[in-house]
Amino acid sequence: MAPRTGDPERVNAAADADSALAPRPPGTRAPGAPVLRVEGLRKRYGDAEVVRDLGFSIARGECFALLGPNGAGKTTTLRCCLGLIDPDAGSIELCGWPVPEAAREARVRVGVVPQMDSLDPDFSVTENLVVYGGYFRLPRQVIDARIPRLLEFAGLAAKARVQIRTLSGGMKRRLMLARALINDPELLILDEPTTGLDPQARHLIWDGLRQLLSQGKTILLTTHFMDEAERLATRLAVIDHGSLIASDTPRALLVAHVEPEVVEVYGDEARAWAQARGRALSVRLELAGDTAFCYASDAAPLLADLATRSGLRYLHRPANLEDLFIKLTGRELRD
Amino acid sequence: MNASSPLRIPVLSSRFLPVWRRNLLVWRKLAAASILGNIADPLLYMLALGYGIGSFIGEVNGMPYVAFIGTGMVCQSAMFTASFEGMYSAFSRMHVQRTWEAIINAPIGLDDVVLAEWLWCATKAVMSTAAILLVLLALGFGHTWHALWLLPLGFVVGLCFGAFGLVMNALAPSYDFFTYFFTLVLTPMLLFSGVYFPVERMPAWLAHIANALPLKHAIDMARPLMLGHAPADVPLHVAVLAGYAAVAYYIALVLTRRRLLK
Repeated sequence: MAPRTGDPERVNAAADADSALAPRPPGTRAPGAPVLRVEGLRKRYGDAEVVRDLGFSIARGECFALLGPNGAGKTTTLRCCLGLIDPDAGSIELCGWPVPEAAREARVRVGVVPQMDSLDPDFSVTENLVVYGGYFRLPRQVIDARIPRLLEFAGLAAKARVQIRTLSGGMKRRLMLARALINDPELLILDEPTTGLDPQARHLIWDGLRQLLSQGKTILLTTHFMDEAERLATRLAVIDHGSLIASDTPRALLVAHVEPEVVEVYGDEARAWAQARGRALSVRLELAGDTAFCYASDAAPLLADLATRSGLRYLHRPANLEDLFIKLTGRELRD
Repeated sequence: MNASSPLRIPVLSSRFLPVWRRNLLVWRKLAAASILGNIADPLLYMLALGYGIGSFIGEVNGMPYVAFIGTGMVCQSAMFTASFEGMYSAFSRMHVQRTWEAIINAPIGLDDVVLAEWLWCATKAVMSTAAILLVLLALGFGHTWHALWLLPLGFVVGLCFGAFGLVMNALAPSYDFFTYFFTLVLTPMLLFSGVYFPVERMPAWLAHIANALPLKHAIDMARPLMLGHAPADVPLHVAVLAGYAAVAYYIALVLTRRRLLK
């Protein structure tokens, strides 16, 4: 990835202004100030309040994940943060700029990978990057200097002159990611970055994002894939029905909300067994179809009992974010 | 008026340029096919009707019929090109390819995008105006400096119909929707604006209606220019075209904001 070509003068100016207790000029942040700060955000469509009093902030270098079922308000929140829709209430500060008032100025420092691919099908891979760089008014030399490294990063160096329609889904996503980096953004916003990709392609995207994090970039992503959040997020927020229900590091959230061990029990007799034995041996037990999810601090008694039952299959595993997610947002389907 | 209301005043800024340039770059790749597509139809009509019907009727309003209809075709192709660009092409970029979404994630506003698309419609109208004008010149008509005024005229016609097209685009659920515009707006415009025959010969009430059509005002300026003299009532004609263009542009912008910024 291209080295940061940010504006050191500007950062220093911010520090000076801050030390003098002068009001900071917009677009500059005090050292350590969050890259994105959202407070009391509300958005209503007709009778439905899609975002309800949402607040969070993201520090430099963090990977912050917004987790929530479909329709939880994730994309609406992102669109508010980018100034594409105006919230009904609340305040947003993005890269030192108030949003939506100075959203355009803020977006100069942000890279966005939307949910759906939006590459220009009439352009080659390189042309897509050149044209997108033009939207940031970047000089052509700067764009041309960044492109080889971006293509390298996206694993598309051999595809520079190829037309978009010949790229695979994974390549298109990686090019979307590279395109979002053309302005060397301070914050990268990704809306469900790996939805619809096969496992190989997802891992490549994750590798890329981890590489960016190790270079000090800040990332905000939405996802409903728990493994994605687990692998990438340094901190996450679970939102449902537009409200924040929990926010912390993945580890702390697990400790706070879910028992450490899980035994999943499958089979025709799982329900009967759960009523007869499972409930007593678990701290918490949930039934879904023919599966019993037994949550426990110590699974040994459960396992000992199950070892004597030949009609049941079971899986013993540590609790993960999916358990947390389901505990917090319930098991019913969302469409 | 609330700063976030979709009715707020349009923002006009040079930020539209990279978006306009993007469309130009795409066009350059497909230029030959695009020009051919824009002018093939009017060209065929002009030659077939111009020489075919022209052989029966000779001169119309002091012009050989082929030049008469050819001048009408210049305006007609500007109208069709801009309408088509504002509807089908803009819809591809806005809805199918999500190009607009990608652009407004960069530091460019939706107002800049709509302005760029609007000016691009007019740019393409000038291109087809120029192409048909070249054919007319090759056939020996319009050898006068006045004829060059057809190019800016094509631009204004493009602004007018490009804006109409963008209104339709903002409302369209799918490509099929644009058929209404062809049937209800473009076809009457074509038949009652004096492209094929002088409107003055029609019954008075019909001529009055024709006077409300923007294409009629373009053609009223185009024919004298083609003959090498200044048209009458230029301020009126320009005001009608510009008025339609400005109002339609504002409506298109408001409807597009409603559609995308929510």
